[in-house]
Amino acid sequence: MTTECPVCGAQVELKEGTVVGELIECPDCGTELEVVSLDPPTVNEAPQEEEDWGE
Amino acid sequence: MKIGLLHSLIRKDEKFLIDELKVVKGVELKMLDDREVTFNLGKDNFDIDVVVERCINHSRALHGLKLFESAGIRCVNTYNVATICGDKLLTSVALAENKVPQPEVRVAFTEESALKAIEKMGYPVVLKPAVGSWGRLLSKVNDRDAAEAILEHKTVLGSYHHSIFYIQKYVEKSGRDIRSFVVGDKCIAAIYRTSPHWITNTARGGLATNCPVTDELNDISVRAAKAVGGGIVAIDIFETTQGLTVNEVNYTMEYKNSISTTGVNIPQKMVEYILQVAEGRK
Repeated sequence: MTTECPVCGAQVELKEGTVVGELIECPDCGTELEVVSLDPPTVNEAPQEEEDWGE
Repeated sequence: MKIGLLHSLIRKDEKFLIDELKVVKGVELKMLDDREVTFNLGKDNFDIDVVVERCINHSRALHGLKLFESAGIRCVNTYNVATICGDKLLTSVALAENKVPQPEVRVAFTEESALKAIEKMGYPVVLKPAVGSWGRLLSKVNDRDAAEAILEHKTVLGSYHHSIFYIQKYVEKSGRDIRSFVVGDKCIAAIYRTSPHWITNTARGGLATNCPVTDELNDISVRAAKAVGGGIVAIDIFETTQGLTVNEVNYTMEYKNSISTTGVNIPQKMVEYILQVAEGRK
């Protein structure tokens, strides 16, 4: 299952077991991407860090 | 058994946990995306045995936990633990009340009183936002000039909670500190975080290596965990000439860099604890 990086247009593979919301990295441009759909496979740029992010 | 995973982004930490939950027989995993979930106060009837909180936003975690607990759902961690650990001031109060060693901490509410407190403590000190993570906005203050400037900036440029001045005595840590992982009544693993920078968070580039869990480390880790209410927490610890001392306690602990480093299947240990909570054994 592959989709297109919204930043550089490269093909990004979604491996078996990928879940919606998962963070992956574009193999070409290195942009952090969020999987927003598996059917059809779609990724968006991951959200930017917010003030209350953390552990 | 129905386990709800309250989440937003699925980082490697969450993915490891999901993979462990999926292989447990009899477990049905329900994904609860905090960007989609809504609550109907007093009328919610969730078909879930336990909620596992793995939000990336502290504010969503805190309020989500309160709402699920209010609807009668057990949560890991609890709202009370998230409340205390999400606020360094409340964490320090809990540690002090339970006589868990920590660096000297003073709190002040105005620029002037904060400066007086810092002068009494002696330099260097670290100014920290009471609410914040990943080493953001930490200031190591080496002298009075820096103290005056940072206090003014925090007062003028920051939102009101930056004027709750949390001041910690700087601890010289020889390039490393310890991150220990507590699940229930046991410290299951620990890492050293080494960095040439005084901020050693792995989120800021600190290098993780295995740290043996000694009796002393287990003891202070479990005492710190119990002080904040217990559950699944990660403790940041300094090594000092007077012994180990607790810096912070984290309630949505990140461990992706610590599984292969320690050889401990941390998410598996978490799942064992979660199942005990779901079954009412914890």
